Amino acid sequence: MARPAVIMDRLFLIGGALITALIFGILMLLIGDLVQHGLHRLSWSFIQNFPSRFPEKAGILSAWVGSLLVVLVTMLTALPIGIASGVYLEEYAPKNRLTAVIEINIANLAGVPSIIWGLMALGLFIYVCGFGHSVLTAGFTLGLLVLPIVIISTREAIRTVPRRIREASLALGATKWQTIRHHVLPYSMGGILTGAIISISRALGETAPLITIGALTYVAFLPSSPISASYPFVSAEPFAWLFSGFTVLPIQMFNWVSRPQAAFHENAAAAGLVLLMITLTLNVTAIILRSRFRKRVKW
Amino acid sequence: MNWTGQELLSTAGLDSSAETRVRKLRERAIEALLLMAAGSSVLITIGIVGVLLYESSTFFAHVSVRDFVTDTEWTPLFSDAHFGIAPLVAGTLTTTMIALLVAVPCGVIMAVWLSEYCSAAIREWLKPLLELLAAVPTVVYGYFALLFVTPALKQIFPELPGFNMLSAGIVIGIMIIPYISSISEDALRAVPNSLREAAYALGANRFQTSWQVLVPAAYSGLTAAFVLGISRAVGETMVVAIAAGMQPNLTINPLEPAATITAFIVQVSLGDLPHGSIGYQSIFAAGLVLMLMTLSFNVLGNLMRKKYREVY
Repeated sequence: MARPAVIMDRLFLIGGALITALIFGILMLLIGDLVQHGLHRLSWSFIQNFPSRFPEKAGILSAWVGSLLVVLVTMLTALPIGIASGVYLEEYAPKNRLTAVIEINIANLAGVPSIIWGLMALGLFIYVCGFGHSVLTAGFTLGLLVLPIVIISTREAIRTVPRRIREASLALGATKWQTIRHHVLPYSMGGILTGAIISISRALGETAPLITIGALTYVAFLPSSPISASYPFVSAEPFAWLFSGFTVLPIQMFNWVSRPQAAFHENAAAAGLVLLMITLTLNVTAIILRSRFRKRVKW
Repeated sequence: MNWTGQELLSTAGLDSSAETRVRKLRERAIEALLLMAAGSSVLITIGIVGVLLYESSTFFAHVSVRDFVTDTEWTPLFSDAHFGIAPLVAGTLTTTMIALLVAVPCGVIMAVWLSEYCSAAIREWLKPLLELLAAVPTVVYGYFALLFVTPALKQIFPELPGFNMLSAGIVIGIMIIPYISSISEDALRAVPNSLREAAYALGANRFQTSWQVLVPAAYSGLTAAFVLGISRAVGETMVVAIAAGMQPNLTINPLEPAATITAFIVQVSLGDLPHGSIGYQSIFAAGLVLMLMTLSFNVLGNLMRKKYREVY
């Protein structure tokens, strides 16, 4: 007869494996449920149709176009500010009070619930700045929301560049900025790219802040295109889409989930499947990229 | 090509001192720009706090803080308006409690198992997979709670209403397991090997070492994981808005539907409230309460995390 501690050890070895398997089982269950209810709704017409009162005619055209545009603005906001902040904090920041305040602040921003970002945007971007319930407001909001992710991944990437690379560059007469621009940043691109991909995935899945800033739940139009078919191929107002009303994939899904009819739930499952496949693909890409860069770079 | 320095200056035949001055100026300007970018995060915080305080101050000009805290009804959109935050806080705390009951045991067991029991090769595979679990959009989890977990729970509780806090709480718990287990695992790995070796040398086996030496040693790190998990659960929006219902309900019975602070904000935002109305301002007051709750949990969690880092 084995001692109790030995039995417990065996039990925990198995139990821990079971719980771990259970957690991943839940992920599989979730995907399975979406596939079971939503797969038969996935078709070209589902992607090319606007939403509709009739569940079998409804599609996600305005939703995915909206998601694409919002994510575009999000990245244009988050990447420049985020990378610049990361560079400053790693390469320039003196060890003083201000730096400490900025660092604590970024850590706290990462923990702010997403719906609070929506309230901030509602008060600031919509009623103070007057950007309206638009793609621009949504993009700015999500851009600020993912900013901590970009900053943290930039800093981690820059930290892996060894000091001697900088010293070599400086010794050859390059200025600090030239060293960063031509050596530090290119060598940290892998890590920064990983952070960017994760931010895109996060922004695509965010729902709550966009509801708060008044994203529409029923959109049967597309924002006006900046290019036109005839000369000069640029429409009269190339930036009108920025101020257009919009919806995004998760909000379309939320709208369908909230309806009582089962047929709309099937649409929700199909939209969820599309959303989940995009975010999972992005995250898998980020994970693979990260391990590739870690393996390849041997300083 | 970006040659700089004396070589370039001499070939260009420029006055070296003027060129140096321009270059210095440019370096300064770039540094200032980068500082502005980094400082913008402080501005964002000021923006968040400012908006919440400003809009809430107009709210509290109409509603006394006393009513806000003591009234037991939250009906800001009714003609007979009541502004007691208690039902929303009760809903938030109930779903959070259920989430923790699911996530803390699972998260800690997984962390111990990953850090002490499974092989490094398996761990290298499982940790990225855990990240994937954290990447699932919350609205998808909401769908899962309403249309999968609730029907499943009805097998056990036949009386369970379609909207209930139990299924929302369980799904939030599943959502925060990756956070709790990854921070807990970091805490366990931060325990120095000398402690493990000492325990094994005294004849303890893996199970005894894990639970009687490593877990107590990583205690503050584990607490930090829980506290950060709480802060996530409190701020979670879509799962509760979809699966727990949007009716404010002063109860801690998980089998009932109830609105959380976040669900209320969503409900009001879906309608079309005029800017400046009391209903519009009530979402900022609710947001302020939410912000204070999560902020205090975050600060507490980060303090604890710092503390355990300094121990060894």
